[in-house]
Formats: sequence, C-alpha cells, structure tokens
Amino acid sequence: MIELLQAPFFQLALVAALLVGLCAPAVGTFIVQRRLSLLGDGIGHVALTGVALGFLTDTEPVLTAVVVSVAGAVTIELVRARGRTSGDVALALLFYGGIAGGVMLMGIAPGGGTAKLNSYLFGAIASVTTEDIWVIGALAVAVVAVVVIFGRELFVLCQDEEMARASGLPVRFLSLVIAITAALTVVIAMRVVGLLLVSALMVIPVATSQQLTRGFRATMALAMTIGVVVAVGGLLASTLSSRVPPGAAIVLLALAGFVLALGVGRFVRRGRVREPGIHGDPTTTPVREAA
Amino acid sequence: MSETAGNTTGENATGANTTAANTTGASTTGANTTGAKTSGETAFSMTGGKVTLDRRPILRGVDLTIRPGEVVAVMGTNGSGKSTLVRALLGLIPLSGGQTLLYGRPPARFRDWWRIGYVPQRLQVGGGVPATVREVVASGRIARQRRLRRTSAADRAAVADALEAVDLTARAGDPVQHLSGGQQQRVLIARALAGEPDTYVMDEPTAGVDAETQRLLADTLATLVLQGRTIVLVAHELGPLEPLITRGVVVRDGLITHDGAPPRPEGECARPGHEHVHPHAPDEPGASEILGRGAGAGPLNWQGEA
Repeated sequence: MIELLQAPFFQLALVAALLVGLCAPAVGTFIVQRRLSLLGDGIGHVALTGVALGFLTDTEPVLTAVVVSVAGAVTIELVRARGRTSGDVALALLFYGGIAGGVMLMGIAPGGGTAKLNSYLFGAIASVTTEDIWVIGALAVAVVAVVVIFGRELFVLCQDEEMARASGLPVRFLSLVIAITAALTVVIAMRVVGLLLVSALMVIPVATSQQLTRGFRATMALAMTIGVVVAVGGLLASTLSSRVPPGAAIVLLALAGFVLALGVGRFVRRGRVREPGIHGDPTTTPVREAA
Repeated sequence: MSETAGNTTGENATGANTTAANTTGASTTGANTTGAKTSGETAFSMTGGKVTLDRRPILRGVDLTIRPGEVVAVMGTNGSGKSTLVRALLGLIPLSGGQTLLYGRPPARFRDWWRIGYVPQRLQVGGGVPATVREVVASGRIARQRRLRRTSAADRAAVADALEAVDLTARAGDPVQHLSGGQQQRVLIARALAGEPDTYVMDEPTAGVDAETQRLLADTLATLVLQGRTIVLVAHELGPLEPLITRGVVVRDGLITHDGAPPRPEGECARPGHEHVHPHAPDEPGASEILGRGAGAGPLNWQGEA
C-alpha cells in the first residue's frame, strides 16, 4: 500500500479522484434540483464524439472533449428552453448521434480502436497523465468558481425558473452557465469513472445526501464530502486486485452509500417528533377552505 | 409601439401627472405619497395584450393599466386567463400581440426587479433536493443582492422579519418539503416580503389554504396596503381580503369584462352605507385617508433600501 501511494501514477490518480469527487456532486446538486439528473448522461454521450475527434485529429482528447461536450450542452439547453414536446426526441437523437459518431470516428482514427474506446467509456484512472491533471485541475477550478460566483442565483433558477425571471435574473445566461459547467464536469470525470458512469458521480452523492439533510447548502456540502469519500475509496478498493475496475468500484461504493443513507434517513426522520409524516404537521389545523 | 405608457396614463391620471415620476419607488413609505395621485407613473400598463399558448388564444387583447398604490383583484373562473394575465404583466409569458410595460419599460428592459414581489401559485420544491424555509425565503432577496457580495445584515434582518410576519420563524430550519400546503403558501408570501418590494403580484394566494393562513394573509396585506404598496392579486374568491381591494378586474375568455368596483358580496358589505369604507378607485377623494395609506411603518419595518 505504501509503495503504491508513492507511485507517481497512483498519486495522479488520487488527485484526479479527489477533484472529481469534489466537483461532480457540487454541480450535481443544482442539476438534480433542476430535475435534469440525466443531463450528465446526455453530455457524456456527446463527449464521446469529442474524444474520438481528438484521436482523429491527433490532438489531446480531453481538449476536444471539452469543446464538443460544451457545444453539446449548449445545444441541449437551447432545446430544453424551447420546452416543446419534440425537444425530448431531439435530445434523444443528439445522444445517439454522439455515441454512434464517437464509435465511428474512433474506429477510423489512426490511434483509436476498441481498447482506447473502453478506457473513455469506463474510465482509466490509472493512466491519467500529468497533462491530464493540469486540464482536470483547471476545469475543477472553473467549476468551483461558478458555484461560488453564481451559487445564489443558480439556487433560485434551479428551484423555480419563473421565480428567477420575476427576480430579474439573467435566466438564459444562467441556464447556459449550468449546462456548460455540467459539460466541464463530465470531461473531468471522464477519465476517472468513464463517460457512461459520469452522471453517477453527479447524481448519487446528491441523492444520498438529501436523505440526511434538511437544507440546500447542507445537501451540497455533504454530497461533496460523500463524492470525495467514494471516489478515493473506490480507487483504493481497486488496488486490492488488478481485476477490480476503479470506475465501477467508485460507482458501486456510491450506490452502497445511498442504500445505507436510505435506511439511516428513515431512522432519523422517524426520530423527529415534529414530523410524523412527510406532509403532516400537528402544529397547524388542517382546515381547508373549499376552493 | 405607438401606444406607449404615456398614452395610457394620460387618460387615467387625473391631470396630476405634472409631478416627476417617482422612479425610486422605495420612498412610497414616505408621508404623503399616494403614488397614484401624485405621479403619472404606471406600475403596469398593458395595451392590446394577446397571449397564445400552443396555438390556443389565452388572452385576446387586454388593456389594463394599474397605477402605484392600487390594490387590484383579478378575478375570473378557471381557465379564464387571469393567471396568464398577471404573469404576462410581469413578462413571464411572452405576448403574441400588443405590449406591456412595467413601470414604463418593457419587461425585457426593466431593471428595477427588486420593486417586484411575485408570489406564484404554488411552491416549486425542486427535484427532491431539500431547501429550508429560511433558504427559500432568503432567495427573495436575490434582486437586491450582488454577485460575490456576502449576505448582509440587512438581508438577514429582512428575512427574519418576513418569517415573523407569516409566523414561520419556528420552522425556519425545516425543509419546505415537510410543510403543509398552507404553510408553503406562507413561505411564498414571506419570500416576496423578504425582498421588500413596493409592488406585489400574487397568483391565487388564497387558493386551497387553511383558514389560519387566509387570516394571516389578510393581515399581511392590510399592512402592505397601509404602506401604500401596489398589489395585484389573482383570486377565485376574495374572502377576508375583500375589504382591502380597491379595484376589481374580471377576466372571461381572455378578455376583461369588468374593470372598476370590486364585486361586492351580499350581506353586510352590500349595504349602501358601507360603500365609503371600500373606495372604488384610488382616484376618489378620501380613498387614501380612509385606508390610511402612507400612515408610516406598520408593525413591520418595510422601508425600502435607501
């Protein structure tokens, strides 16, 4: 174990896991609140085309993935903002196009092939390079900056978009901010858990956290803590055997945490005397006027 | 675009629009500002407003001007378009025809959003992420806050006052998801109060709430009326709010079919002698005196920010 901790590739992997564990749930809290839990999945699909483009053009795949997934996120947001029923199908088409385009481009790219594809689909944290860490670090700083600068406004937006509009907030701009931030997060998490499981790190820690917390800030803080714990924990678990894939280990650990929190949450809620039911409240008379 | 605010106010303001428009608005708490009478400013001004949703006409040409200090009830049956009307007044729903002005500006170019306190029909609780009562109420301050500026003492005080006004101080740390429907309605009102606006737009604040909340709402509104706030509320029935209303607007099939005296219920309030207590319009002499507008701060400290 000690030898492993001293190995440079493992240290890089640890830093990557730490950054992902911190960022993904922070963005995820807003996204879950906005009922866009699957946004990360959609961006992940599109990002695959970006990765393949990198191989095809012989540029750093992480960089092309950033460009393509940001473009994809903006497209998704524009379709969503139109809010028409056909938007749902349009999004689906975008996702399929992203995956198929990625696989196709990867196949014809000189340095591509299925092995490379797998490392992006399911993560390859052990192969994270120093350059990757710089990119991931910069993206992580950007994500945290967005949360710090726009957090208050994003809370209002994600809670109630109409309210945000009635408060004079730049709704379209903020919507793009959250979509682009999600895209950056997807790229950060891509190397760690893989594009197909990226969304898991954005959603599961939040779902876990909200079983135990009462407020938004608390949920986000706990989700980030959980994110770091499972990302690092899953990585350590994968060192036990070379046959344990780290990405899957991280996500399964997160899911285990969710199941645990579900039980604990129920127990905690039952302990609170003031809240006998979900909506029940003995302090007010449930007298309802006939509408 | 030729029918601008100036046009619409011109025919309504009783020749008193020589006074410079009070653009700061916050000073309506001042001594004699019965806004409607002293300035030609309009809070809301819709001319020929049309709204079409999914190719269905919801509003079919609405002219409505609301001046500062008015307490207007927008009434109508379900599906009449009354809720759409108030949301269109705020620019929350785009017009397919005509135009609407918020304090003389189209909503897209309106900047003083802190003046507006919007109370939507129901609380959106988000995708399951909990938020405490205090967090939601504090979000009502957003139009007064700047990016990167920390929450100020004034913010905290306003939130505390708003929570107190709706009697939810004890529940401040609880998730809004755990509250009853009536309590959630009070959270929405507190959120609007927290922003210390001078213009309230409330979409069915009385619908489906318990008797206690109805009374509390009436008390809160009475305080706001005393301070000369402009209030537009959508209501199915007025109930305890009835004495506060100065003007009733009835919407039917996307058109305004009545604009003037609020509909009177039968019984005590229908007696002719009762009329003077409920002025039909703020233009009538004595209206503001009777309602005690501008009589200074009520039990709450609602002064706008200096």
